[in-house]
Order: sequence, then structure tokens, then C-alpha cells
Amino acid sequence: MITMFLVLSIVFMLMRLLPTDTYFGGRSDSMSDTVKENILKQLGLFDPWYVQLGNFWKKLLLHGDLGESIVIQQGAKCVDLIIPKAKWSFQFGAIAMIFQMLIGYSMGVMMARWKGRFFDSLGNLYILLINALPAAVYFLFIQIYVSKALGLPMLFERYNPVSRILPILCLSLGGIASNAMWMRRYMVDQMNLDYIRLARAKGMTSSQVAFRHVMRNAFIPMAQSLPTTLLFTISGSLYVESLFSIPGMGGLLITSIQRQDNTMVQAMVLLYSAISVIGLLLGDIMMMICDPRISLTKKGGSR
Amino acid sequence: MIDKKDKSAREKIRREEEEHGVPMFRSFMDRKIEKLSKGFEETDQLDELKNQPPPGDSAIFCDDGTTPITDDLFTEAEYNAAEAERSGYSNYSYWGSTLRVFLKKKISVFLLIFLVLLLVFTFIQPLLPNQKDPLKIYNTIVGGRETHLRNVQPNKEFWFGTNSIGQDLWSRIWRGTRTSLFIGLCVAITNNIIGIVLGSIWGYARKMDWLFTEIYNLFDNIPYTILRMLLLYIMKPSLKTMIFVMCLTGWIGMSKYIRNQILIYRDREYNLASRCLGTPGLQIVLRNILPQLVSVIMLQTALAIPDAIGSEVFLTYIGLGLPISLPSLGNLINEGRKVMLVPSQQYQLIFPVIVVAAITISFYALGNAFADASDPRNHR
Repeated sequence: MITMFLVLSIVFMLMRLLPTDTYFGGRSDSMSDTVKENILKQLGLFDPWYVQLGNFWKKLLLHGDLGESIVIQQGAKCVDLIIPKAKWSFQFGAIAMIFQMLIGYSMGVMMARWKGRFFDSLGNLYILLINALPAAVYFLFIQIYVSKALGLPMLFERYNPVSRILPILCLSLGGIASNAMWMRRYMVDQMNLDYIRLARAKGMTSSQVAFRHVMRNAFIPMAQSLPTTLLFTISGSLYVESLFSIPGMGGLLITSIQRQDNTMVQAMVLLYSAISVIGLLLGDIMMMICDPRISLTKKGGSR
Repeated sequence: MIDKKDKSAREKIRREEEEHGVPMFRSFMDRKIEKLSKGFEETDQLDELKNQPPPGDSAIFCDDGTTPITDDLFTEAEYNAAEAERSGYSNYSYWGSTLRVFLKKKISVFLLIFLVLLLVFTFIQPLLPNQKDPLKIYNTIVGGRETHLRNVQPNKEFWFGTNSIGQDLWSRIWRGTRTSLFIGLCVAITNNIIGIVLGSIWGYARKMDWLFTEIYNLFDNIPYTILRMLLLYIMKPSLKTMIFVMCLTGWIGMSKYIRNQILIYRDREYNLASRCLGTPGLQIVLRNILPQLVSVIMLQTALAIPDAIGSEVFLTYIGLGLPISLPSLGNLINEGRKVMLVPSQQYQLIFPVIVVAAITISFYALGNAFADASDPRNHR
């Protein structure tokens, strides 16, 4: 909670560093100085910083208010603009995450099973490409060539379910690679440990060992990364959403940056930071639930 | 049945007592005590033996058991400097064997040569003859009027064609590569220096731990992409701010990594011993711990460059990139993206993308190869 407070306050203070010119949208030239000053006064920008910060927290906590949009839809509350968009982001993020986990983990397990064979090197090549190439590059290529090859629409259309295939594919690619890489490395490392040898010596089949022993241990760090993965799919969708023109949060953030809508940018960034803080916290809690050896309270006793 | 067992047990006790010469009526406990005290006596005798002066020469014999060992069997060896040098010298050198393992893989040598050539070429290219100016807009005369050479397909004069306002794509790509590599290298080096210094302090100084951890938590809680976007939105995008922003968000990961590694090695026995002998902390970190982390540091450096290039491309896409007057790979890809729907002009996207892909993939693969090679466990 304290972290959240600090993070949001810092983001808010950073936004205050912006030059005031950017608060008038595109109409800056046609306004007289008095009009400009009035607007700034109304926004409370002449107050000392601690008053501004206090007002910001009062508004946010009492009314759930993040200010009003300046450019995109003048006078509309930012929250009202964001909420309908958030629905789309979460929908795409959730579907992509399911794909990431299903395909990624099973791919990792298979790669570990056939380590050093053809499937393993194929998977490694995939992981290398996805990790090394900037996401922007392969998204563009998928949008241009895969859409042409499969005859899929290039942009998202609200009432055309087929048009969701490519954005979801783009969203899942990165996650699949990192999940598979993690799972493979973990399985390979664990396979040489004593407890696995014991389990094999007891006469368990290797698939039994993999599912009952290795997977259960492998899931502990994954439990921690689970909420963060959700975050990454959402923030990764910054790019995908605006590329496929999905009416989501990421697209909105980019639009508001491009059109210099300060309050909108501020609201979005605050929202993203808040999601991230919550995600990390949830991750820690989940890890604590999965692994009894970990506790969130402090422990002393290092040498 | 019972009788039989009883009988054999009794038989056993009797035999035992005969062996040890212990009267039959003694209980089991007594016999144990007897055994123990006998043992004590034996150890006492041993101690006495130790305290006695060693027996004379005549007591020790050679392997054949007859010839006694005497002083005249030995001759004094002469001091031989070369011989002493040979036995005290090991031809193991860490960097030597790292290099050997690294050079064993043909593909990584190839990538290394490729990257070096690429880097050199980005500097040489403007000096070569017949090169176009990346910023000049080329004109031609059509029907008596000057027009810009817009979107010219790749030909003999413009090797990679021209862009939508008539600038030469070949020279723009090389200028862009230079800018992007410059950003990448700057970011990687700065991140390394700040990350290693702060990470070492964080990991080694116990009293500073909480402070750094709080700072880390604060920074880590804001997603890097968002933080970079926010900072670039506040400061006007330029080469300096771009590098500054990437460094500001990049050192955290590095120093966290160094900190965790130092925590692992800090309290190992050899470091405890070193500290007991009075080695200052700085020397322990520099000499004892950091050399263990070379592979990790190299890997992080190699990965920071593709990351910087990738995020430059992304930031340019959302409109926070470098100014158009300064060609960079991000700018070029973004320009290409605008015309990608026209199949005949897709070369404007494909050429920069190929360059980006080649650079990032080679840095990534090279970093991994070098990290493997610099791990002494892979030196056999």
C-alpha cells in the first residue's frame, strides 16, 4: 500500500514537470494569455505542489476521479473513457494468457523430454527469434504477410470474430517463448537431482515423475509470475492494440500520447502503475500459498 | 520351538564369555562397561606411545624389511630454478580457455566477425566514394520541371531505393544503424557501470541493503515501458533524452542481478577467510567476487543492445522517438510501416527490418555463446 502511494505520487509529480503549454490541446495559438491563465488556474496548476498532490489524492480516494480529458473528448471524465476500453484489453489479455500457458508449458515439457533432438532445436530456434527480434518487427510481419497468406483481416473488426485471431496470436507469441524456455530449463535442471533419481528408482515412469514431482516444483516460481504475466500481456498490448486498432486501453494510451492529452496520459499511466503494483503483490501472495517455505514476514539470521 | 531358540541364545552367551574370559554371572551392562574401559586403556597407551621419543634409525627398515634406513642413503638435491618454476607453474589461464571454448563454435566466430565488420562499416560507409547524403532530397527533371525522386525502386544509383520524400535509403540505413548502435552501446555501458557499482554496494554493505531494496521496489513497481514513455513524454525526445531514459530504467535490473550474485558469494568460506586475513571489502568484491560474474555481466551487456534497439523502435512507433532529421533504425522502420500496404514499396520496410533482425539476433546469440564460454564449468 505504501509502495502504491509512493509510486502514484511520484508519477503524479513527474507529470507536473510538463511545460504548461501542453495543457491547451491544439488550440494554444488561438487563445489569449488571460484565457490560458484561467484554464491553468482552473486545473489548479498554480498551487504549490503539495496542495496539488493533496487535491489529487482527495479526488481519487473520495470520488474515484482522475481528472477530465482535454483533447480526446473534451470535458469527459477520464475514468468514463477508460472503463469501456478496459473490457477489450482484459478480454484479449485473458485469452492470450490461456494460450501462452497451455502452449508454452507443454512446449517446454516436450522440449525437455526430447532434449537435443529435432523438436528441441526447433523450439530453441523459435525462442531465440522471439527473444532477439524486437516485438515491433515480427508483429509488423505477421500483420502484413500472415494476414495475406491466411486470408485474415488485417485490422480488428468488432463483429467479426475471425479478425481476433491475429491479435491474439501476436499477444501470445512472446509469452509462449518465455514460458517454454523457463519450463524446459527447469525440467532439464531438475532431471539430474537426487530426488528425481530416487523416484525413478522406485519404479515411477518418467511421465509420472515429470507431472508429480518436477511440475509441482516448477509451478512455484510460475505462481509468482502469473499476475505479472497478465500485466505483461496487457502492457504488451500497447503495441498490438494500436497496430490492429483494437479499441483497448493500450491503444488509448498511445492515442493520448500522440495527441498530447496530458490528463489522459496521467490517468492511464497511474492506472498501469497501480495494476503493476497490485500484480507484484498478488504474485508474492500466490507464491506464499504455493510454497510453505516462503513467508512474507522478515526473517533474520544471515551470517 | 522356544526351547531351541533359548538354547542357541544361551550357547552364544557362553561362547562369548569364554572368549572374553568373563564370568558367566555378569550382566550384559557390566560387560559393556568392561569393554569400554578396556578401550580407554588402549587409547591411554596410544597417547603414551605418542609422547615417547621416536624410535631410532635401526627401528625403520626399507620395503624389503631388512635394510635399515640411514642418513647416508640420502643425497642433498641441488636447487634448480628452472625445475622449481616448472612444478609451480600451471598453464591454465581463465581468459585463454574462455577464448578457446568460444572459438570452438564456428557460428559464434562468424557472428563476431559479422558484427565487427558491421560496426566498422557504419563508420567507413560515409567515407566511401559515390555515397549519397542521407539527409539530401534528390531531384530529377521531368518535362522541364524539377520533381523529387519519390519512392524509387532499388536500382543501380539508389541501391536500396528512395523513401517517400526522395532520400537515399542505403545511406539512411547505415546512418540509422550507427545511431541505433550508438544508443545501444551507450546504454549497455552506462547500465553496466552503474549497475555493477550500485549492485556491489547493495549486495556487500549490509547496512545499505534496506535503502537500496526500497528504491528498487519503488522503481520496479512501475513497468519499464510505461516509465520510459512517461519520461520521454515529459522531456522532449532527442538522442540525449533517449539514452538518459533507457539508462534510468536499465541499471535497476543489472544491479539487482549483481546484488543477488554477490549475496550468494559473499559469505562463502574463501571470502570469510579473506576477511579474517584483513582484506578490505573493496578488494574482496573486485578480486574475489566480480570475476565470478564475468559471464553474467557479458550476457547482460550483450542483451542490453538488442533491448535498446527494440525499445527505440517501439518508442518511435508511439511517437516518442528521435526527430526525423536524425535517421535511426526505429525511424526508418516507422517510415517503412507507413507505406507497407503498397506491395511495390514494401522494400522501404523490409531493408531496415533485415538490418535490425541481423543485429539483434547476432548480439543475442553472441551474448549467450560468450556467457557459456566464460563459465569455467564448460571449459573441459
